[in-house]
Amino acid sequence: MKIVGLSGSKVGSKTRTAMDYTMKAITDNYPEVEITLLDLADYDIQFSDGRNYLEYEGDTGYVTKTLMEADAIIIGTPVFQASIPATLKNIFDLLPQNAFRDKVVSIVVTAGSSKHYLIAEQQLKPILAYMKAQIVQTYVFIEEKDFYRKEITDDDVLFRIERLVEDTIVLTETFTEIREKKEAKYDF
Amino acid sequence: MNQLKKYGLDPSKGLEFGIYTLGDHLPNPLTGERISAEERVHEIIEYAKLADQAGLDFFSVGESHQEYFITQAHSVVLSAIAQATKNIKIASSSTIISTSDPVRVYEDFATIDLISKGRAEIIAGRASRVGLFDLLGYDLRNYEELFEEKFELLMKINEAEVVNWSGEFRAPLRNAKVLPRPKNGFIPIWRAVGGTPASAIRAGMVGAPMFMAHLGGPASVFKRTVDAYREAARNSGFDPAELPVATAGFFYAAESSQQALKDMYPHINEGMKKTNGAGFPKQHFAQGVDPHNIMNIGSPQQIIEKILYQYEMFNHQRYIAQIDFGGMPFKNVMKNVEIIGSEILPAIRKYTKKSEA
Repeated sequence: MKIVGLSGSKVGSKTRTAMDYTMKAITDNYPEVEITLLDLADYDIQFSDGRNYLEYEGDTGYVTKTLMEADAIIIGTPVFQASIPATLKNIFDLLPQNAFRDKVVSIVVTAGSSKHYLIAEQQLKPILAYMKAQIVQTYVFIEEKDFYRKEITDDDVLFRIERLVEDTIVLTETFTEIREKKEAKYDF
Repeated sequence: MNQLKKYGLDPSKGLEFGIYTLGDHLPNPLTGERISAEERVHEIIEYAKLADQAGLDFFSVGESHQEYFITQAHSVVLSAIAQATKNIKIASSSTIISTSDPVRVYEDFATIDLISKGRAEIIAGRASRVGLFDLLGYDLRNYEELFEEKFELLMKINEAEVVNWSGEFRAPLRNAKVLPRPKNGFIPIWRAVGGTPASAIRAGMVGAPMFMAHLGGPASVFKRTVDAYREAARNSGFDPAELPVATAGFFYAAESSQQALKDMYPHINEGMKKTNGAGFPKQHFAQGVDPHNIMNIGSPQQIIEKILYQYEMFNHQRYIAQIDFGGMPFKNVMKNVEIIGSEILPAIRKYTKKSEA
Protein backbone atom coordinates (compact mmCIF):
# COMPACT_ATOMS: atom_id res chain seq x y z
CA MET A 1 0.00 0.00 0.00
CA LYS A 2 1.26 3.45 -0.95
CA ILE A 3 0.15 6.40 1.15
CA VAL A 4 1.08 9.93 0.13
CA GLY A 5 0.86 12.79 2.60
CA LEU A 6 0.21 16.15 0.96
CA SER A 7 0.98 19.23 3.02
CA GLY A 8 -0.96 21.81 1.06
CA SER A 9 0.59 25.18 1.91
CA LYS A 10 3.76 27.19 1.48
CA VAL A 11 3.03 29.32 4.53
CA GLY A 12 3.80 28.58 8.18
CA SER A 13 4.71 25.32 9.89
CA LYS A 14 1.60 24.00 11.63
CA THR A 15 0.21 21.92 8.79
CA ARG A 16 3.65 20.45 8.16
CA THR A 17 4.02 19.67 11.87
CA ALA A 18 0.64 17.93 11.90
CA MET A 19 1.63 15.98 8.77
CA ASP A 20 4.93 14.91 10.36
CA TYR A 21 2.98 13.48 13.30
CA THR A 22 0.59 11.78 10.88
CA MET A 23 3.35 10.19 8.82
CA LYS A 24 5.08 9.05 12.00
CA ALA A 25 1.85 7.45 13.17
CA ILE A 26 1.90 5.42 9.97
CA THR A 27 5.53 4.29 10.21
CA ASP A 28 5.20 3.45 13.93
CA ASN A 29 2.11 1.31 13.53
CA TYR A 30 2.18 0.15 9.92
CA PRO A 31 5.82 -0.30 8.90
CA GLU A 32 4.76 -2.27 5.80
CA VAL A 33 3.06 0.80 4.32
CA GLU A 34 5.13 2.74 1.79
CA ILE A 35 4.91 6.47 2.58
CA THR A 36 5.86 9.69 0.81
CA LEU A 37 5.36 13.17 2.21
CA LEU A 38 4.91 15.97 -0.31
CA ASP A 39 5.21 19.37 1.37
CA LEU A 40 4.30 22.00 -1.20
CA ALA A 41 6.69 24.40 0.55
CA ASP A 42 9.52 22.22 -0.78
CA TYR A 43 8.43 22.31 -4.41
CA ASP A 44 8.17 24.82 -7.18
CA ILE A 45 4.81 24.00 -8.72
CA GLN A 46 3.47 25.76 -11.79
CA PHE A 47 -0.15 26.76 -12.23
CA SER A 48 -2.34 24.37 -14.15
CA ASP A 49 -2.45 25.26 -17.86
CA GLY A 50 -4.80 22.48 -18.84
CA ARG A 51 -2.33 19.89 -20.08
CA ASN A 52 -2.43 16.22 -19.12
CA TYR A 53 -0.53 15.65 -15.88
CA LEU A 54 1.90 13.32 -17.66
CA GLU A 55 3.13 16.30 -19.66
CA TYR A 56 4.33 18.38 -16.72
CA GLU A 57 8.01 18.27 -15.94
CA GLY A 58 10.15 18.97 -12.89
CA ASP A 59 8.46 19.41 -9.49
CA THR A 60 4.98 19.71 -11.01
CA GLY A 61 5.39 16.41 -12.84
CA TYR A 62 6.86 14.71 -9.77
CA VAL A 63 4.11 15.82 -7.40
CA THR A 64 1.23 14.99 -9.75
CA LYS A 65 2.62 11.58 -10.72
CA THR A 66 3.35 10.67 -7.10
CA LEU A 67 -0.24 11.52 -6.14
CA MET A 68 -1.66 9.55 -9.08
CA GLU A 69 0.31 6.47 -8.05
CA ALA A 70 -0.95 6.52 -4.45
CA ASP A 71 -3.51 4.11 -3.01
CA ALA A 72 -4.41 6.61 -0.32
CA ILE A 73 -3.73 10.31 0.17
CA ILE A 74 -3.78 12.22 3.44
CA ILE A 75 -4.26 15.89 2.76
CA GLY A 76 -3.04 18.42 5.30
CA THR A 77 -4.46 21.89 4.83
CA PRO A 78 -4.50 25.16 6.71
CA VAL A 79 -7.45 27.53 6.41
CA PHE A 80 -6.71 30.80 4.60
CA GLN A 81 -9.34 33.50 4.13
CA ALA A 82 -11.99 31.01 5.17
CA SER A 83 -10.98 28.49 2.49
CA ILE A 84 -8.31 26.04 1.38
CA PRO A 85 -5.04 27.62 0.19
CA ALA A 86 -4.59 28.33 -3.50
CA THR A 87 -1.53 26.06 -3.56
CA LEU A 88 -3.74 23.10 -2.67
CA LYS A 89 -6.49 24.00 -5.10
CA ASN A 90 -3.85 24.23 -7.83
CA ILE A 91 -2.87 20.61 -7.17
CA PHE A 92 -6.48 19.56 -7.77
CA ASP A 93 -6.55 21.64 -10.96
CA LEU A 94 -3.38 19.95 -12.20
CA LEU A 95 -4.90 16.47 -11.86
CA PRO A 96 -7.44 14.80 -14.17
CA GLN A 97 -11.16 14.96 -13.42
CA ASN A 98 -11.40 11.47 -11.94
CA ALA A 99 -7.95 11.51 -10.35
CA PHE A 100 -9.06 10.04 -7.01
CA ARG A 101 -11.03 7.12 -8.41
CA ASP A 102 -10.12 4.00 -6.40
CA LYS A 103 -8.22 6.09 -3.86
CA VAL A 104 -9.02 6.78 -0.23
CA VAL A 105 -8.50 10.40 0.80
CA SER A 106 -8.45 11.68 4.36
CA ILE A 107 -8.00 15.15 5.79
CA VAL A 108 -6.04 16.94 8.51
CA VAL A 109 -6.96 20.61 9.00
CA THR A 110 -5.09 23.28 10.91
CA ALA A 111 -6.80 26.56 11.64
CA GLY A 112 -6.42 29.72 13.68
CA SER A 113 -9.97 29.58 14.92
CA SER A 114 -12.63 27.00 15.74
CA LYS A 115 -14.99 29.03 13.58
CA HIS A 116 -13.27 27.40 10.58
CA TYR A 117 -14.34 23.90 11.54
CA LEU A 118 -16.78 23.43 8.64
CA ILE A 119 -14.42 24.73 5.91
CA ALA A 120 -13.15 21.23 5.11
CA GLU A 121 -16.68 19.85 5.22
CA GLN A 122 -18.13 22.44 2.91
CA GLN A 123 -15.25 23.32 0.62
CA LEU A 124 -12.73 20.48 0.52
CA LYS A 125 -14.98 17.42 0.62
CA PRO A 126 -17.09 18.47 -2.40
CA ILE A 127 -13.89 18.75 -4.50
CA LEU A 128 -12.69 15.32 -3.35
CA ALA A 129 -16.11 13.79 -4.02
CA TYR A 130 -16.18 15.34 -7.49
CA MET A 131 -12.78 13.81 -8.20
CA LYS A 132 -14.22 10.40 -7.15
CA ALA A 133 -12.34 9.95 -3.86
CA GLN A 134 -13.49 7.54 -1.17
CA ILE A 135 -13.42 10.08 1.63
CA VAL A 136 -12.66 9.24 5.24
CA GLN A 137 -15.58 11.17 6.66
CA THR A 138 -14.11 12.15 10.00
CA TYR A 139 -11.22 14.55 9.75
CA VAL A 140 -8.76 15.85 12.30
CA PHE A 141 -9.23 19.53 13.07
CA ILE A 142 -6.35 21.15 14.93
CA GLU A 143 -6.39 24.65 16.32
CA GLU A 144 -3.49 27.02 16.82
CA LYS A 145 -3.71 26.56 20.59
CA ASP A 146 -2.90 22.85 20.22
CA PHE A 147 0.63 23.66 18.98
CA TYR A 148 3.68 24.84 20.86
CA ARG A 149 6.94 25.41 18.94
CA LYS A 150 6.38 22.80 16.19
CA GLU A 151 4.95 20.30 18.61
CA ILE A 152 1.41 19.18 19.22
CA THR A 153 0.66 19.54 22.89
CA ASP A 154 -2.87 18.18 23.09
CA ASP A 155 -3.01 14.39 23.57
CA ASP A 156 -6.51 14.32 22.18
CA VAL A 157 -5.18 15.56 18.84
CA LEU A 158 -2.58 12.78 18.83
CA PHE A 159 -5.27 10.20 19.51
CA ARG A 160 -7.38 11.61 16.70
CA ILE A 161 -4.42 11.45 14.30
CA GLU A 162 -3.88 7.82 15.23
CA ARG A 163 -7.52 7.05 14.55
CA LEU A 164 -7.40 8.92 11.21
CA VAL A 165 -4.38 6.85 10.15
CA GLU A 166 -6.10 3.64 11.17
CA ASP A 167 -9.33 4.59 9.37
CA THR A 168 -7.41 5.53 6.21
CA ILE A 169 -5.58 2.21 6.14
CA VAL A 170 -8.59 0.07 7.04
CA LEU A 171 -10.74 1.76 4.41
CA THR A 172 -8.01 1.44 1.75
CA GLU A 173 -7.69 -2.28 2.49
CA THR A 174 -11.45 -2.71 2.50
CA PHE A 175 -12.11 -0.84 -0.73
CA THR A 176 -9.25 -2.67 -2.44
CA GLU A 177 -10.67 -6.01 -1.35
CA ILE A 178 -14.19 -5.10 -2.45
CA ARG A 179 -12.93 -3.84 -5.80
CA GLU A 180 -10.83 -6.94 -6.43
CA LYS A 181 -13.77 -9.20 -5.63
CA LYS A 182 -16.09 -7.17 -7.81
CA GLU A 183 -13.62 -7.06 -10.71
CA ALA A 184 -13.00 -10.80 -10.52
CA LYS A 185 -16.75 -11.32 -10.96
CA TYR A 186 -16.71 -9.50 -14.29
CA ASP A 187 -14.45 -12.27 -15.59
CA PHE A 188 -12.72 -10.21 -18.27
CA MET B 1 -30.11 14.63 -49.68
CA ASN B 2 -28.13 14.97 -52.89
CA GLN B 3 -26.11 17.74 -51.30
CA LEU B 4 -24.32 15.08 -49.29
CA LYS B 5 -22.75 14.01 -52.58
CA LYS B 6 -20.50 17.03 -52.24
CA TYR B 7 -18.90 15.04 -49.43
CA GLY B 8 -18.81 11.85 -51.48
CA LEU B 9 -21.69 10.31 -49.55
CA ASP B 10 -24.60 8.45 -51.06
CA PRO B 11 -27.36 7.76 -48.50
CA SER B 12 -29.06 5.37 -50.93
CA LYS B 13 -26.20 2.97 -50.24
CA GLY B 14 -26.78 3.06 -46.49
CA LEU B 15 -24.63 3.95 -43.51
CA GLU B 16 -20.92 4.02 -44.34
CA PHE B 17 -18.64 1.84 -42.23
CA GLY B 18 -15.05 2.82 -41.55
CA ILE B 19 -12.07 2.17 -39.35
CA TYR B 20 -9.74 4.56 -37.61
CA THR B 21 -6.46 4.08 -35.85
CA LEU B 22 -4.85 6.64 -33.58
CA GLY B 23 -1.53 5.29 -34.77
CA ASP B 24 -0.55 4.24 -31.26
CA HIS B 25 2.52 2.12 -30.66
CA LEU B 26 1.97 0.46 -27.31
CA PRO B 27 3.16 -2.80 -25.80
CA ASN B 28 0.75 -5.71 -25.68
CA PRO B 29 -0.09 -5.79 -21.93
CA LEU B 30 -0.54 -9.57 -22.00
CA THR B 31 3.02 -10.23 -23.14
CA GLY B 32 4.69 -6.95 -22.17
CA GLU B 33 6.23 -6.85 -25.63
CA ARG B 34 6.09 -4.09 -28.18
CA ILE B 35 6.63 -4.65 -31.88
CA SER B 36 9.20 -2.44 -33.63
CA ALA B 37 8.27 0.94 -35.10
CA GLU B 38 8.87 -0.49 -38.57
CA GLU B 39 6.51 -3.40 -37.91
CA ARG B 40 3.83 -1.13 -36.51
CA VAL B 41 3.86 1.22 -39.52
CA HIS B 42 3.55 -1.73 -41.87
CA GLU B 43 0.81 -3.20 -39.71
CA ILE B 44 -1.21 0.00 -40.16
CA ILE B 45 -0.73 -0.06 -43.95
CA GLU B 46 -1.71 -3.73 -43.98
CA TYR B 47 -4.75 -2.93 -41.84
CA ALA B 48 -5.93 -0.41 -44.45
CA LYS B 49 -5.41 -2.96 -47.23
CA LEU B 50 -7.47 -5.56 -45.41
CA ALA B 51 -10.24 -3.04 -44.73
CA ASP B 52 -10.22 -2.15 -48.43
CA GLN B 53 -10.38 -5.79 -49.47
CA ALA B 54 -13.22 -6.45 -47.03
CA GLY B 55 -15.26 -3.73 -48.75
CA LEU B 56 -15.22 -1.15 -45.93
CA ASP B 57 -15.87 2.46 -46.91
CA PHE B 58 -13.29 4.41 -44.96
CA PHE B 59 -9.93 4.21 -43.19
CA SER B 60 -8.20 6.96 -41.24
CA VAL B 61 -4.99 7.53 -39.31
CA GLY B 62 -4.42 9.95 -36.42
CA GLU B 63 -1.72 12.50 -35.68
CA SER B 64 -0.33 12.35 -32.14
CA HIS B 65 3.06 13.64 -31.12
CA GLN B 66 3.51 12.12 -27.71
CA GLU B 67 5.25 8.98 -26.57
CA TYR B 68 3.71 5.62 -27.56
CA PHE B 69 2.55 6.88 -30.96
CA ILE B 70 4.00 6.22 -34.39
CA THR B 71 2.05 8.23 -37.00
CA GLN B 72 3.21 11.74 -36.19
CA ALA B 73 3.78 12.11 -39.95
CA HIS B 74 0.31 10.73 -40.60
CA SER B 75 0.03 12.20 -44.10
CA VAL B 76 3.15 10.26 -45.13
CA VAL B 77 1.60 7.04 -43.83
CA LEU B 78 -1.63 7.92 -45.64
CA SER B 79 0.21 8.36 -48.93
CA ALA B 80 1.57 4.81 -48.57
CA ILE B 81 -1.99 3.66 -47.85
CA ALA B 82 -3.21 5.57 -50.89
CA GLN B 83 -0.84 3.56 -53.05
CA ALA B 84 -1.63 0.24 -51.35
CA THR B 85 -5.44 0.45 -51.57
CA LYS B 86 -7.99 0.70 -54.38
CA ASN B 87 -11.48 1.72 -53.35
CA ILE B 88 -11.52 2.73 -49.69
CA LYS B 89 -11.71 6.40 -48.73
CA ILE B 90 -8.70 7.52 -46.69
CA ALA B 91 -8.40 10.31 -44.19
CA SER B 92 -6.67 11.73 -41.17
CA SER B 93 -8.28 11.35 -37.74
CA SER B 94 -7.37 13.85 -36.97
CA THR B 95 -4.92 16.32 -38.50
CA ILE B 96 -4.00 18.82 -35.81
CA ILE B 97 -4.60 21.89 -37.89
CA SER B 98 -3.85 24.28 -34.99
CA THR B 99 -0.12 23.50 -35.11
CA SER B 100 0.19 23.04 -38.87
CA ASP B 101 0.20 25.35 -41.87
CA PRO B 102 -3.13 24.89 -43.68
CA VAL B 103 -1.41 25.49 -47.04
CA ARG B 104 1.00 22.60 -46.49
CA VAL B 105 -1.78 20.39 -45.13
CA TYR B 106 -3.86 21.08 -48.22
CA GLU B 107 -0.92 20.43 -50.54
CA ASP B 108 -0.30 17.10 -48.81
CA PHE B 109 -3.89 15.93 -48.86
CA ALA B 110 -4.57 17.12 -52.41
CA THR B 111 -1.54 15.04 -53.41
CA ILE B 112 -2.83 12.05 -51.44
CA ASP B 113 -6.11 12.59 -53.24
CA LEU B 114 -4.35 12.41 -56.61
CA ILE B 115 -2.33 9.33 -55.63
CA SER B 116 -5.52 7.63 -54.43
CA LYS B 117 -7.52 8.86 -57.45
CA GLY B 118 -9.99 10.94 -55.50
CA ARG B 119 -10.32 9.10 -52.18
CA ALA B 120 -8.78 11.55 -49.70
CA GLU B 121 -10.53 13.39 -46.86
CA ILE B 122 -9.31 15.51 -43.95
CA ILE B 123 -10.57 15.46 -40.40
CA ALA B 124 -9.21 18.52 -38.65
CA GLY B 125 -8.84 18.56 -34.88
CA ARG B 126 -7.41 20.69 -32.12
CA ALA B 127 -5.50 18.00 -30.17
CA SER B 128 -6.65 16.44 -26.94
CA ARG B 129 -3.05 16.51 -25.70
CA VAL B 130 -1.08 19.71 -25.80
CA GLY B 131 2.59 18.66 -25.72
CA LEU B 132 2.80 19.31 -29.46
CA PHE B 133 2.40 23.05 -28.92
CA ASP B 134 5.85 23.15 -27.31
CA LEU B 135 7.29 20.68 -29.80
CA LEU B 136 6.12 22.60 -32.85
CA GLY B 137 6.61 26.07 -31.44
CA TYR B 138 3.10 27.32 -30.72
CA ASP B 139 1.71 29.07 -27.68
CA LEU B 140 -0.88 27.04 -25.84
CA ARG B 141 -2.63 30.25 -24.85
CA ASN B 142 -3.79 30.51 -28.48
CA TYR B 143 -5.29 27.00 -28.42
CA GLU B 144 -8.77 28.08 -29.47
CA GLU B 145 -7.82 30.85 -31.88
CA LEU B 146 -5.13 28.82 -33.66
CA PHE B 147 -7.68 26.14 -34.43
CA GLU B 148 -10.45 28.46 -35.57
CA GLU B 149 -8.24 30.63 -37.75
CA LYS B 150 -6.43 27.74 -39.41
CA PHE B 151 -9.56 25.70 -39.89
CA GLU B 152 -11.18 28.67 -41.59
CA LEU B 153 -8.20 29.06 -43.92
CA LEU B 154 -8.19 25.36 -44.74
CA MET B 155 -11.88 25.54 -45.72
CA LYS B 156 -11.16 28.63 -47.82
CA ILE B 157 -8.35 26.93 -49.73
CA ASN B 158 -10.70 24.05 -50.40
CA GLU B 159 -13.39 26.30 -51.81
CA ALA B 160 -11.20 28.35 -54.17
CA GLU B 161 -7.93 27.78 -55.99
CA VAL B 162 -6.85 31.39 -55.58
CA VAL B 163 -6.86 32.62 -52.01
CA ASN B 164 -6.72 36.08 -50.49
CA TRP B 165 -6.46 35.86 -46.77
CA SER B 166 -4.86 37.44 -43.75
CA GLY B 167 -4.86 36.39 -40.14
CA GLU B 168 -2.95 36.48 -36.91
CA PHE B 169 -0.95 33.28 -36.98
CA ARG B 170 0.29 33.00 -40.54
CA ALA B 171 1.69 35.30 -43.21
CA PRO B 172 -1.07 36.73 -45.43
CA LEU B 173 -1.91 35.13 -48.77
CA ARG B 174 -2.30 37.46 -51.75
CA ASN B 175 -3.75 35.89 -54.88
CA ALA B 176 -2.07 32.73 -53.73
CA LYS B 177 -2.60 29.62 -55.80
CA VAL B 178 -2.63 26.55 -53.62
CA LEU B 179 -1.69 23.55 -55.75
CA PRO B 180 -2.18 20.79 -56.63
CA ARG B 181 -5.94 20.70 -56.71
CA PRO B 182 -7.65 17.47 -55.71
CA LYS B 183 -9.17 15.23 -58.36
CA ASN B 184 -12.72 16.51 -57.96
CA GLY B 185 -11.66 20.03 -57.07
CA PHE B 186 -12.78 19.53 -53.45
CA ILE B 187 -11.76 17.44 -50.45
CA PRO B 188 -14.33 16.61 -47.77
CA ILE B 189 -13.06 18.40 -44.65
CA TRP B 190 -14.56 17.33 -41.34
CA ARG B 191 -14.28 18.88 -37.93
CA ALA B 192 -13.26 16.58 -35.09
CA VAL B 193 -15.48 16.96 -32.04
CA GLY B 194 -15.19 15.36 -28.60
CA GLY B 195 -18.39 14.15 -27.01
CA THR B 196 -19.54 17.47 -25.59
CA PRO B 197 -22.15 19.75 -27.17
CA ALA B 198 -19.86 22.80 -26.80
CA SER B 199 -17.43 21.81 -29.56
CA ALA B 200 -20.26 20.37 -31.68
CA ILE B 201 -22.00 23.73 -31.62
CA ARG B 202 -18.89 25.43 -32.99
CA ALA B 203 -18.72 22.87 -35.81
CA GLY B 204 -22.37 23.54 -36.62
CA MET B 205 -21.83 27.29 -36.58
CA VAL B 206 -19.21 27.12 -39.33
CA GLY B 207 -21.20 24.58 -41.34
CA ALA B 208 -18.53 21.87 -41.31
CA PRO B 209 -19.27 18.13 -41.31
CA MET B 210 -18.88 16.67 -37.83
CA PHE B 211 -16.68 13.73 -36.86
CA MET B 212 -17.73 12.89 -33.31
CA ALA B 213 -15.37 10.67 -31.35
CA HIS B 214 -16.54 9.10 -28.12
CA LEU B 215 -15.40 6.70 -25.41
CA GLY B 216 -18.38 5.11 -23.67
CA GLY B 217 -21.72 5.99 -22.20
CA PRO B 218 -25.33 5.88 -23.30
CA ALA B 219 -25.98 6.69 -26.97
CA SER B 220 -28.73 9.05 -25.84
CA VAL B 221 -26.17 11.40 -24.28
CA PHE B 222 -24.41 11.73 -27.63
CA LYS B 223 -27.75 12.35 -29.32
CA ARG B 224 -27.79 15.67 -27.48
CA THR B 225 -24.45 16.51 -29.06
CA VAL B 226 -25.71 15.62 -32.53
CA ASP B 227 -28.87 17.66 -31.95
CA ALA B 228 -26.86 20.62 -30.69
CA TYR B 229 -24.69 20.44 -33.82
CA ARG B 230 -27.66 20.44 -36.20
CA GLU B 231 -29.43 23.16 -34.26
CA ALA B 232 -26.33 25.39 -34.36
CA ALA B 233 -25.96 24.78 -38.10
CA ARG B 234 -29.58 25.72 -38.70
CA ASN B 235 -29.23 28.88 -36.62
CA SER B 236 -26.21 29.88 -38.68
CA GLY B 237 -28.07 29.50 -41.96
CA PHE B 238 -26.92 26.02 -42.97
CA ASP B 239 -29.21 23.15 -43.82
CA PRO B 240 -28.40 20.29 -41.39
CA ALA B 241 -29.61 17.82 -44.03
CA GLU B 242 -26.61 18.84 -46.12
CA LEU B 243 -24.11 18.33 -43.33
CA PRO B 244 -22.88 14.81 -42.72
CA VAL B 245 -22.24 13.38 -39.25
CA ALA B 246 -19.81 10.56 -38.45
CA THR B 247 -19.45 8.80 -35.10
CA ALA B 248 -16.30 7.02 -33.99
CA GLY B 249 -15.47 4.81 -31.03
CA PHE B 250 -14.39 1.48 -29.60
CA PHE B 251 -15.38 -1.62 -31.52
CA TYR B 252 -14.72 -5.29 -30.91
CA ALA B 253 -16.56 -8.33 -32.16
CA ALA B 254 -16.09 -11.88 -30.85
CA GLU B 255 -18.25 -14.99 -30.55
CA SER B 256 -19.82 -13.64 -27.36
CA SER B 257 -19.96 -10.28 -25.60
CA GLN B 258 -18.04 -11.79 -22.68
CA GLN B 259 -15.24 -12.89 -25.00
CA ALA B 260 -15.20 -9.45 -26.65
CA LEU B 261 -14.80 -7.77 -23.24
CA LYS B 262 -12.04 -10.20 -22.35
CA ASP B 263 -10.15 -9.66 -25.60
CA MET B 264 -10.36 -5.90 -25.56
CA TYR B 265 -10.31 -4.67 -21.96
CA PRO B 266 -6.63 -5.15 -21.04
CA HIS B 267 -5.54 -3.26 -24.17
CA ILE B 268 -7.84 -0.32 -23.55
CA ASN B 269 -7.13 -0.14 -19.82
CA GLU B 270 -3.34 -0.47 -19.99
CA GLY B 271 -3.11 1.61 -23.15
CA MET B 272 -5.03 4.48 -21.58
CA LYS B 273 -2.91 4.25 -18.43
CA LYS B 274 0.20 4.74 -20.53
CA THR B 275 -1.12 7.46 -22.83
CA ASN B 276 -3.53 9.34 -20.53
CA GLY B 277 -2.33 8.45 -17.06
CA ALA B 278 -5.59 6.81 -15.96
CA GLY B 279 -7.12 3.48 -16.91
CA PHE B 280 -10.65 2.66 -18.03
CA PRO B 281 -12.76 1.53 -15.03
CA LYS B 282 -13.90 -2.08 -15.44
CA GLN B 283 -17.37 -1.21 -14.23
CA HIS B 284 -17.79 1.33 -17.06
CA PHE B 285 -16.32 -1.05 -19.62
CA ALA B 286 -18.69 -3.85 -18.55
CA GLN B 287 -21.59 -1.52 -19.35
CA GLY B 288 -20.19 -1.22 -22.88
CA VAL B 289 -22.04 -4.34 -24.03
CA ASP B 290 -25.44 -2.87 -23.10
CA PRO B 291 -27.57 -2.41 -26.23
CA HIS B 292 -27.93 1.30 -25.42
CA ASN B 293 -24.23 1.92 -24.80
CA ILE B 294 -22.40 3.62 -27.63
CA MET B 295 -19.39 1.27 -27.47
CA ASN B 296 -19.83 -1.37 -30.14
CA ILE B 297 -18.56 -4.37 -28.26
CA GLY B 298 -20.21 -7.79 -28.42
CA SER B 299 -21.14 -10.60 -30.78
CA PRO B 300 -21.60 -9.66 -34.45
CA GLN B 301 -25.38 -9.82 -34.08
CA GLN B 302 -25.34 -7.65 -30.94
CA ILE B 303 -23.14 -5.12 -32.72
CA ILE B 304 -25.44 -5.01 -35.75
CA GLU B 305 -28.34 -4.24 -33.42
CA LYS B 306 -26.33 -1.57 -31.59
CA ILE B 307 -25.27 0.17 -34.79
CA LEU B 308 -28.82 0.14 -36.13
CA TYR B 309 -30.07 1.54 -32.83
CA GLN B 310 -27.47 4.31 -33.05
CA TYR B 311 -28.36 4.93 -36.68
CA GLU B 312 -32.01 5.35 -35.82
CA MET B 313 -31.06 7.76 -33.06
CA PHE B 314 -28.40 9.86 -34.82
CA ASN B 315 -29.40 9.48 -38.46
CA HIS B 316 -25.70 9.78 -39.22
CA GLN B 317 -23.89 8.96 -42.45
CA ARG B 318 -20.83 7.10 -41.26
CA TYR B 319 -19.72 4.95 -38.35
CA ILE B 320 -15.99 4.54 -37.71
CA ALA B 321 -14.63 1.72 -35.55
CA GLN B 322 -11.50 1.82 -33.40
CA ILE B 323 -10.18 -1.69 -32.84
CA ASP B 324 -6.41 -1.70 -32.73
CA PHE B 325 -5.58 0.38 -29.64
CA GLY B 326 -3.22 -0.68 -26.86
CA GLY B 327 -1.01 -3.28 -28.54
CA MET B 328 -3.93 -5.37 -29.78
CA PRO B 329 -2.49 -8.45 -31.52
CA PHE B 330 -2.81 -8.01 -35.27
CA LYS B 331 -4.46 -11.39 -35.69
CA ASN B 332 -7.39 -10.14 -33.57
CA VAL B 333 -7.55 -6.98 -35.67
CA MET B 334 -7.59 -9.06 -38.88
CA LYS B 335 -10.30 -11.30 -37.47
CA ASN B 336 -12.45 -8.26 -36.69
CA VAL B 337 -12.04 -6.83 -40.19
CA GLU B 338 -13.12 -10.20 -41.55
CA ILE B 339 -16.21 -10.28 -39.30
CA ILE B 340 -17.11 -6.74 -40.32
CA GLY B 341 -16.78 -7.54 -44.01
CA SER B 342 -18.59 -10.86 -43.97
CA GLU B 343 -21.30 -10.38 -41.33
CA ILE B 344 -21.72 -6.85 -40.02
CA LEU B 345 -21.35 -4.72 -43.12
CA PRO B 346 -23.87 -6.63 -45.30
CA ALA B 347 -26.49 -6.41 -42.54
CA ILE B 348 -25.87 -2.71 -41.85
CA ARG B 349 -26.08 -1.87 -45.55
CA LYS B 350 -29.21 -3.92 -46.01
CA TYR B 351 -31.08 -2.18 -43.18
CA THR B 352 -29.85 1.37 -43.71
CA LYS B 353 -30.16 1.61 -47.50
CA LYS B 354 -32.52 4.38 -48.45
CA SER B 355 -34.63 3.87 -51.51
CA GLU B 356 -34.50 6.81 -53.92
CA ALA B 357 -37.37 9.17 -53.28
